[in-house]
Amino acid sequence: MLIKKAADIPSSEITPKSVYLRRREFLQAGSAAVAGAGLVAAGWNLWGGDAHAQGGGLPKLPNVKKSPLSTTEEPSAYQYVTSYNNFYEFAPGAGDGPKKNSGKFKATPWTIEVDGLCNKPGKYQLEDFIKPFTLEERIYRFRCVEAWSFVIPWVGIPLSEFIKRAEPQGSAKFIEMTTLVDRSRFPMQSTDLLEWPYKEGLRLDEANHPLTILAVGLYGEVLPAQNGAPIRLVVPWKYGFKGVKSIVKIRFVDKQPINTWQAMARNEYGFYANVNPMVDHPRWSQARERRLPSFIPNHPTQMFNGYADQVQGLYAGMDLKRNF
Amino acid sequence: MPKPITILKAALFVAALVPFGLLVWGYHTDDLTANPGDYITDQTGDWTLGTLFASLCVTPLRKLTGWNDLIKLRRMLGLFAFFYVTLHLLTWIVFVNYFDVPSMVADVFKRPFITIGMATFVILFLLAITSNRWSIRKLGRKWGSLHRLVYLAAIGGVIHFWWLVKADITLPRRWAVAFGVLLTARAWWWYQKRRVPVRPRGTALGKA
Repeated sequence: MLIKKAADIPSSEITPKSVYLRRREFLQAGSAAVAGAGLVAAGWNLWGGDAHAQGGGLPKLPNVKKSPLSTTEEPSAYQYVTSYNNFYEFAPGAGDGPKKNSGKFKATPWTIEVDGLCNKPGKYQLEDFIKPFTLEERIYRFRCVEAWSFVIPWVGIPLSEFIKRAEPQGSAKFIEMTTLVDRSRFPMQSTDLLEWPYKEGLRLDEANHPLTILAVGLYGEVLPAQNGAPIRLVVPWKYGFKGVKSIVKIRFVDKQPINTWQAMARNEYGFYANVNPMVDHPRWSQARERRLPSFIPNHPTQMFNGYADQVQGLYAGMDLKRNF
Repeated sequence: MPKPITILKAALFVAALVPFGLLVWGYHTDDLTANPGDYITDQTGDWTLGTLFASLCVTPLRKLTGWNDLIKLRRMLGLFAFFYVTLHLLTWIVFVNYFDVPSMVADVFKRPFITIGMATFVILFLLAITSNRWSIRKLGRKWGSLHRLVYLAAIGGVIHFWWLVKADITLPRRWAVAFGVLLTARAWWWYQKRRVPVRPRGTALGKA
């Protein structure tokens, strides 16, 4: 019974940790006036639902358009989205390691190389790469393969619009993206923790899906280093590791790329990595998730992370158990 | 003035509670990351290995230093290992599975790292409930054989850790080396002891 109950609480009814924190603030201050102000602030934060009031003081991104593809779910608190990350170039394992170890990271200047089977290959400075497109806010559910999740207001561009401009050739069937290799900026690249550079790939039709974006920001600001600055892939119906960070190379290819985690452990991580509550990871169940911050699994995991209506057509007739 | 071993024991008792205290404090100050369930699971697992390691250090240290009173620390350290492994199991029941019994039962049979983790818990449980004077008397010679299962628990704990990490095997490897040294030392002493009867003359090595 308890289990059912936990799973049935809508995310909107779970008190955000920021509210809980404010409770602490006024408890410490110990004055009725401060307590009152704290309550008002907490109430506003909870019911106002204004994610844009959050942020980390990083440069704001201008002219960001809203998108009908955004979820109406309440975004997670900025402090958690930016202090609980998996980014093996900075630190092994999920936690605040990536944030703590990203001090030496610099996102400028940044060059992105486009090559492979396309008519418009080239090398671009990040600003020039982004310039032709309109930035959009996309509030997406984010589901890590390790059974935790957030709701994140990304800012980015549809990958499909970039692909259109690059003019892929008929023989291009997949797209492959690569993370920067630079030991001075990514301390763990001096170890053999993973095979560097980190690589990810998508089928071209997945890459062209309107939900797929290249993100350059979150909460209206540029991406912090630990979230994949300055530009990363976001594919909301797939596990988080598909979202390759700090991209320096985009390549159109004819063969299915071997992504890093598949190369590391092919029995545990596949090419598709679609969120699927019915297909367990060999070591844990994917049926539920912790919508962070939370001690316990408080959310049932949805097929394709809740984007089934939009994306299941991409996988018609495919055995998703085999193509995990 | 209390005996040195009494002071050392009290100090170790407090020290072994520090990791638990830090978790309680971290909960209080909301400093257990956005995923506190995972954090506490990791920490209690680490300290199960830590206290188990400390308990297995007692005998080698006693042999090396000749300070026989050290043996008085062993049960306490072993019980701390049981304390942390019990917390670790509880985090799995509550934070990972949230009392979903069918899913937990299935996992014990389905996932090797959980199977071996559970077996390790059962061993530590058996050792903990037979760690009192009454059991020692009652079991007689069998008590020693039973409590040698602690070596299996150490090996099981390290394998459990090794199998659950995703990419970074630094920590499990470190524990494997640490326990490996202790178990090798014991194997060596055992071998020496067995050799004694075939020696032409009894030597000091023959002493228990």
